[in-house]
Amino acid sequence: MKPMRAWTLSLAPQLARHLALVALALFTLLPFAWMLSTASKPETEVYSDVLHWLPAKFALLDNLRTAFAKAPILRLLLNGLIVTASIYVLQLLVALPAAYALAKLDFRGRETLMALVLLGLLVPQHAVAVPVFLLLHTLGLLDSYAALIAPWTLSVFGVFLLRQFFKTVPNDLIDAARIDGLSELGIVWRVMLPTAWPAVTAFGIFSVVAHWNDYFWPLIVINSPELLTPPLGVAQFRNQEAGTNYGALMAAALVVITPLVAAFLLAQRRFIEGITLTGMK
Amino acid sequence: MAELSPRLLLPMQRRATLPRWPLRVGHALAAPAALLMVVLLIGPLAVVLGLSLTDYQLGADGLAFIGLDNYQAMWADRVFWKSLTNTALYSMAVVPGSVGLGLAAALLIHGLARGQATYRAIFFLPVMATLIAMALVWEFMLHPNFGLVNLGLRGLGLQTHNWLNEEGLALWVLAVIGIWQGFGFNMVLFSAGLLGIPRQLYEAAAIDGVPAGWTRFRLVTWPMLAPVTLFVVVVSSIKSFQVFDTVQVLTKGGPNKATEVLVYTLYAEGFEFFRSGYASAVTVIFLAIVLLITLVKTRWLDRRVHYT
Repeated sequence: MKPMRAWTLSLAPQLARHLALVALALFTLLPFAWMLSTASKPETEVYSDVLHWLPAKFALLDNLRTAFAKAPILRLLLNGLIVTASIYVLQLLVALPAAYALAKLDFRGRETLMALVLLGLLVPQHAVAVPVFLLLHTLGLLDSYAALIAPWTLSVFGVFLLRQFFKTVPNDLIDAARIDGLSELGIVWRVMLPTAWPAVTAFGIFSVVAHWNDYFWPLIVINSPELLTPPLGVAQFRNQEAGTNYGALMAAALVVITPLVAAFLLAQRRFIEGITLTGMK
Repeated sequence: MAELSPRLLLPMQRRATLPRWPLRVGHALAAPAALLMVVLLIGPLAVVLGLSLTDYQLGADGLAFIGLDNYQAMWADRVFWKSLTNTALYSMAVVPGSVGLGLAAALLIHGLARGQATYRAIFFLPVMATLIAMALVWEFMLHPNFGLVNLGLRGLGLQTHNWLNEEGLALWVLAVIGIWQGFGFNMVLFSAGLLGIPRQLYEAAAIDGVPAGWTRFRLVTWPMLAPVTLFVVVVSSIKSFQVFDTVQVLTKGGPNKATEVLVYTLYAEGFEFFRSGYASAVTVIFLAIVLLITLVKTRWLDRRVHYT
């Protein structure tokens, strides 16, 4: 009888918790539900002045078709992929050797570089926007993939994170690799990179999510329709339709958030770990 | 000991004979990062400071040193003060809102027998979803005639609003979107903090007769969470001072500058009017505030964190 009593006693507080959490979950999910609902409605139902969630006529496919016809959605997704992948690969190429040097090698200027990395962690992207924009303008690189990618090749946060991780790798492992005849660069790729795998994936998720969702920088440097990134493209689609076709706009928004949301739902724990790192930036 | 292979002894010999070579290797490996640091961070910061003392405009032939004129112009500009006030007001709504909801969600989930992962995933969803796309969803939710919010209010017989176009409302609506988007992130940080509190502390509290619930929260959980709370508050403040996406897409700083915020001012001056010098001055003030938040909050909260 006793466990039964304990069970009923703990049921009420558990239920109260669920009630509060469900209320908060409804608030959180409301925009997503409204997006799905609107994206599934034909135009006549979108502009109805009676609140209804489920469309009488299911028009998601029509709306998707309109969105793909009126906005270069495939192009946006491809650009998003090109930009985020290039940024991540270049960030790693720069950060891994630097992080190894900062963690394990002795060289003049190491303390200074480390201090600059820590300073860099405090500087938001908007603070260097004007001069970096002027630099790209001078080099004639505005409105190009280079403009979207080059300014992000150094992630001080990536350097910092990997350096912290490399600090924990035992020196013996590195010495053994040296004796085996590995060059220092070889050690970075063949010894340090594999051991730092958790940090590398977490940083990857952080980097890809940040740059897939970034709006400020692409907005500043991109004009050409063929270079639009997903957030920029969906905002442009809204502007050109000027609020006349919300069904198709919601369908486009749905497509733009789907890759990351799907990846997130498949690997929640890793994503939460990775994104939480942004807090440290 | 007999098994000590010559392989394991070798490193010491090598270190003795080749003490200097990692010196140059270190430079080589750090060089790309150091170079980019100068080109993309240190250089630009110096240029921002320098440009803020000039009248430079993108496309102009030259520039002149004008001392602190940009800062004086800013001081006298109604829009700049409006922008600064709005950013502070937005921050004062979003920081407590997203930190409070994040803490509440984490505490509620922490004591849950089942469903923890599901709730966490739901609350984290807005952090993942492209904010621009979701801002457009909010725009239609808030549509004066066909939006969910007004349809719902009308159904209940309540007063409707033109949410994003009323001067007294727009900033607070943006703040709600900011809280909606950000609290899940804070929840995750608080969850990690709660997991780090040793169970023995609660047991000891129970033995000492500390009643469960509010008192135990005040005496054990809250002080133990203090470092996490400090961190979350600093991060949320900095993020809220950088609000831009929702403003640019939903209100463009309007109506009548009611949602003009610092980064939007910076964007408009620098990249719409191309007044690079003035935009640089705005940037300097923005950066100073962000750095100040980090410093002051760390100092101030640090003093209250000590509980031993």
